[in-house]
Amino acid sequence: MRRVLVDVAYAVQEWLETFGASQIFLMRILAGCPRALLRPGLIVRQVYASGVLSLAIIGISGLFVGMVLALQGYNSLERFGATESLGVVAALALVRELGPVVTALLFAGRAGTALASEIGLMRATDQLSGMEMMAVDPIKRVVVPRFLGGIISMPLLAAIFSAMGILGAWLVGVVLLGVDEGSFWSSMRDQVDYKDDVLSGVLKSFVFGIAASLLAVFEGYNSIPTAEGVSRATTRTVVLTALSVLILNFMLTAVLIGEV
Amino acid sequence: MRQTRAVEFGTGLFVFMGIVALFFLTTRVTNFDSYEGEKGYTLMARFDNVGSLKERSPVSMSGVTIGRVTSVEFDGSELEAVVHMRINSVYDQIPDDSDASILTQGILGGQYIGLEAGGSPDAFTDNDEIQFTQSALVLEQLISKYLFSKAEDSDEE
Amino acid sequence: MAEESTTDKSGRGQGSRDENIAIIRELDYSRGHRKIFDGLNLDVPRGRVTAIMGPSGTGKTTLLRLITGQILPNHGSILIEGRDVCRMGRNELYDTRKRIGMLFQNGALLTDISVYENVAFPLREHTRLPERLIRHIVLTKLHAVGLRGAAELMPAELSGGMARRVALARAIAMDPDLILYDEPFVGLDPISMGVIVRLIRRMNDALGLTSVVVTHDVEEVSSIADRTYLLSDGKVVASGSPEDLQENCSAVVMQFMNGMADGPVPFHYPAPDYSEQLLRRGQE
Repeated sequence: MRRVLVDVAYAVQEWLETFGASQIFLMRILAGCPRALLRPGLIVRQVYASGVLSLAIIGISGLFVGMVLALQGYNSLERFGATESLGVVAALALVRELGPVVTALLFAGRAGTALASEIGLMRATDQLSGMEMMAVDPIKRVVVPRFLGGIISMPLLAAIFSAMGILGAWLVGVVLLGVDEGSFWSSMRDQVDYKDDVLSGVLKSFVFGIAASLLAVFEGYNSIPTAEGVSRATTRTVVLTALSVLILNFMLTAVLIGEV
Repeated sequence: MRQTRAVEFGTGLFVFMGIVALFFLTTRVTNFDSYEGEKGYTLMARFDNVGSLKERSPVSMSGVTIGRVTSVEFDGSELEAVVHMRINSVYDQIPDDSDASILTQGILGGQYIGLEAGGSPDAFTDNDEIQFTQSALVLEQLISKYLFSKAEDSDEE
Repeated sequence: MAEESTTDKSGRGQGSRDENIAIIRELDYSRGHRKIFDGLNLDVPRGRVTAIMGPSGTGKTTLLRLITGQILPNHGSILIEGRDVCRMGRNELYDTRKRIGMLFQNGALLTDISVYENVAFPLREHTRLPERLIRHIVLTKLHAVGLRGAAELMPAELSGGMARRVALARAIAMDPDLILYDEPFVGLDPISMGVIVRLIRRMNDALGLTSVVVTHDVEEVSSIADRTYLLSDGKVVASGSPEDLQENCSAVVMQFMNGMADGPVPFHYPAPDYSEQLLRRGQE
């Protein structure tokens, strides 16, 4: 019993240390941000790497999530004879929850792993030390542009995901299942609120963007410079990002809805 | 150099698509247009009970949405609910003796304010108060009222 | 602004005309419980090629990291041009590093940009030179290592020897005063090795550099070094010209210079008695 308690105490201590280290790392990144903004070329390249290259997976996933939402929604709403609300159901689910959350999870898998392993390999092959030797701060030159690129990409990806999802819901709901086109769109426009729903979704994906990008660059930058270390950093990136996104999502939702 | 241009083109396209998606979400999916508060005027109404009326609930006349509720407050001195609403300035010919009632959309839908036109020659202007109001119907009160009247009926018999 | 400070400090900076560009005194450094350096003293004479040799695991690479301020010692001082690296603030350290070129074991080229951009990297980061001038400098440096034709290749397309030459071109792009080579001969075929050996010597003489070569390749470095230090157990056990070392009779030097498997540096990693360990294993 005592042993278990000691183990738990160590685990908590270790977790707090990692958490503290990541926050200090975030401070160092933020300190480097103003100067990085003077070189937009570097950020554009990273927006390309994390955003443009994730576009296909985000777009296709969004479309199919929207389609399945319409199928499920139609099935449930039909029991109440309320299929004209299909647009509302799909749009609210996508804009408020699925868009930001699923995008963040896919981002962790597609862009987060790429970021972590890229930076980890740069460390393993001495590229980061090399930069330091050339009197170039690798945090400013390597980490900050990637971090900012991730933050810029995430809300845009989430918006694209939601838009594609609504398109998918329209395809299945209106085109395949024959829900009335007019009521599909008008009920949606009546019920979905610009501030409460869309803006809160954007805010969420912005926060997720910070979390996912920070975890990816942090794990990559602090990985052990061996093949095994880099692969562990990559795995940890996905696991930690998924967990923190889901936990953050609950906390943000509670605050935004304000009913807990 | 060709590669750099491809990166720039791709990024530009991506950001453009993102903004289009956001634009689509705000304009096609939401009630964004009702936020154009510039062109409109404010009316005030007092109710004994507003039910579940909320900010941004619609204000409609003959079933057409003509404005939105902007605030629902409780007036501590008068012990009444005070509702402010913003009416689109297109509808500036609403008689100033029209009455407002709190109604329910469908059987489970949200509540909204319905305006019923009066006969006065003068129209509402900014910051006017709607004099004639009818509170929300609360289901429990309706049922108990019905039960009491039944009970009274049977007593009389 | 950056190049200005570079030339300024290297040319007229205080104490820069000392005979030694780098002076290490009483250096202690330990990693965990293991002592890597224990009272190390070492001088790097200006304008010469200095070789630092020693068996694997004596912390030769660690020494280079200490000299460049990437890690801090437990005790002691490392003076570069009369200034202590260990007591420098971040900005001063970076200014000092701009005047030091370092060649990593595997080149450490940035893999996502071309050879040309790699050599141009320090120039773009530290100077605001016009593109025409950068192009001129980059091509000159690449020409010096014989790889002008490879400018548009990506680092992944280079052989090990070529990558190291590109890294050398990059290290001299900012015209440093001091250049550090970390195991420049490891894993090269004889031809590439010969090329690198000649380049180190030629760069040193033609550009007026000071070179420090960390290696365990006795023969190659003997042909170019002006002074040699032999490290063992965290101390300098022998120093002098390569010829002096060849004639040195101390056991460690003999073992190292002649490549004997066992000696003061034991063949076996410290372990309990062999027979005892085998017997105990059997009993368990």
